[in-house]
Amino acid sequence: MSNGKVTLLEAVNLALHRAMREDENVIVLGEDVGVNGGVFRATLGLRDSFGFKRVIDSPLAETMIGGLAVGMAAQGLKPVVEIQFMGFIYATMEHLVSHASRMRNRTRGRLTCPMVLRSPMGAGIRAPEHHSESTEALFAHIPGLRVVIPSSPARAYGLLLAAIDDPDPVIFLEPTRLYRMNPQPLLDDGKRLPLDSCFTLREGSDITLISWGASVMETLQAATALAEQGISAEVIDVASIKPLDLDTMEASVRKTGRCVIVHEAPRSCGVGAEIAASLYERVFLQLQAPIQRVTAPDIPPPLYRLESLYMPGVEDILHACDTVLRHA
Amino acid sequence: MLHKVELPYTRFLSPDGQVLCDLPPWADDFNLLTRLYRQMVLTRLFDQKAVALQRTGRIGTYAPTLGQEAIGVAVGSLMRAEDVLIPYYRDTAVQLMRGVRMEEILLYWGGDERGSDFVDPAVAQDFPICVPIATQALHACGVASAFKIRGEHRVAVTTCGDGGTSKGDFLEALNVAGAWQLPVVFMVNNNQWAISVPRRIQCGAPTLAQKAIGAGFHGEQVDGNDILAVYDRVQAALERARHGKGPVLLECLSYRLGDHTTADDATRYRSADEVKQAWLEEPIKRLQRFMVGQGVWDESREQALISECQGLVQVAVDNFEAAGLQAPASVIDHVYAQWPQALAEQREDFLERVARRTGGSGHE
Repeated sequence: MSNGKVTLLEAVNLALHRAMREDENVIVLGEDVGVNGGVFRATLGLRDSFGFKRVIDSPLAETMIGGLAVGMAAQGLKPVVEIQFMGFIYATMEHLVSHASRMRNRTRGRLTCPMVLRSPMGAGIRAPEHHSESTEALFAHIPGLRVVIPSSPARAYGLLLAAIDDPDPVIFLEPTRLYRMNPQPLLDDGKRLPLDSCFTLREGSDITLISWGASVMETLQAATALAEQGISAEVIDVASIKPLDLDTMEASVRKTGRCVIVHEAPRSCGVGAEIAASLYERVFLQLQAPIQRVTAPDIPPPLYRLESLYMPGVEDILHACDTVLRHA
Repeated sequence: MLHKVELPYTRFLSPDGQVLCDLPPWADDFNLLTRLYRQMVLTRLFDQKAVALQRTGRIGTYAPTLGQEAIGVAVGSLMRAEDVLIPYYRDTAVQLMRGVRMEEILLYWGGDERGSDFVDPAVAQDFPICVPIATQALHACGVASAFKIRGEHRVAVTTCGDGGTSKGDFLEALNVAGAWQLPVVFMVNNNQWAISVPRRIQCGAPTLAQKAIGAGFHGEQVDGNDILAVYDRVQAALERARHGKGPVLLECLSYRLGDHTTADDATRYRSADEVKQAWLEEPIKRLQRFMVGQGVWDESREQALISECQGLVQVAVDNFEAAGLQAPASVIDHVYAQWPQALAEQREDFLERVARRTGGSGHE
């Protein structure tokens, strides 16, 4: 932390410290999270502050981490588990889908799973294979889960605290590309931000740009470029991928009549499809142009030499905006 | 070259109830023997009734526990109220002993989630039946971790079949239990069949218990049809786990006398001769012969017990059939602690669907 400014990564770390101070039931569990402070250092210092019983280096087995969290949470602990990269999250799926997400429902509320599963996500840091995934849609499809993706230090801090408070399981995905970028002033005051809510980052009247995660950065840059052309773009950070705050998005598109959705994940069955379909159901007759999506193609993330082509760039967003704005 | 692993194997009674070696002192306790015997008989009568209810369409698919009553009854009678059971789907015997009600088990298999919302506060922390194979072994390690973190002298007991020991979840559970010396007991109910796959092609190791050795803790085998032997070894395992001496894997050798579930037909893959042979080893007759030999059991007691148990089962069936349906909105209202406002429209749509189908209002 320098000049009172913190990175998204430091904001995560501050939130974890605060959550562990506030509630002794909060447990941090994962590979290398203890002595090493996590491979990205998100859990740095927690072991020294809270001890080995609450900050636990686990054996190298992701299925086990998922299953252990279910058992701990059902016992009243609040496990905040880390999966080192999203590419390794799939081994936890059975425990998330078949247990964590439905323990409450299966037992009519007798047992619950108040857990948070944190994982870095996304491309753009020249990482090895399987370290650049954006598969949030897999989790957004699962009833009983919440999926949250912050795109700034302040939102990472406030949303992570809210996720830990939440009585149900939350998948909290942290864009690695933003981890150390654009430090911002942040007051470590424990203030929570609402889950299930979008954040309108920039107000505008001509077009609505909807995004989340690392792509919010390029989306904001596109809005700035549009402003230079005299076009007023509203920018919405979805933040809560499940459930979606459709009311906020609907209100914006009702106002602008035009919409572009930007996400790093592959297009087919991506969360952008869900948003577009819902907006068509709600505001079809107010739309001035078909909704456009700017996404990765339906391909695995390329190895890093070509990965920048995979992620939506500012030019791609502006191109889609141009298409939408051309419609009379 | 196969490394030979010598593990203890315990058996006190022969299939015809003869004493094979010195018995533990509690084997003289008539009250204890009667309690164990009664509970096995009750379990079997309930189990038969559940199968009959499925055959007549009053409950859905059911997984019979026939032939494995000794294992569950021994575990159930030794666990303390504060311990936690993390069961699989063939655990009627132990669930009944823990305090799960017969009508709850019927509700569960009869398609009603209230069957996993146990009424008895004694089982408030016990897990519901786990269907995805061996995943429960990891939940048990999570529960045991919570006990250890809080410094509680409680034990997590989890069960699975022989097939379950092939699953990665089971092996990852053994690994972490050994690494952290967790207070957990793994009960492997080796009933020789994983649906149609026999034990001999399930795993290349001579025993399933030896999987514990690779994880750095104690494993052993016991005759799962000899309730005195199971009782003795479960007692030792719980003692060990409770006092911080690490986990135990207890492989109970038994036989699945029934079909895998009521949807299965075991005659497709195993011979009548094999099943006939297995019936000679079954646990209830074995304890009965022992008790008769000791002069503490006779036909009139047997008849009185059966009639008492049949009465209890019938009351449970009546309660189950009187339960009625849950309100339609219950399928929505337990998914989240509070149904998210962001999904309010879906709830409304669903209640409208209910109203459309029932011709009335789905709204409460």
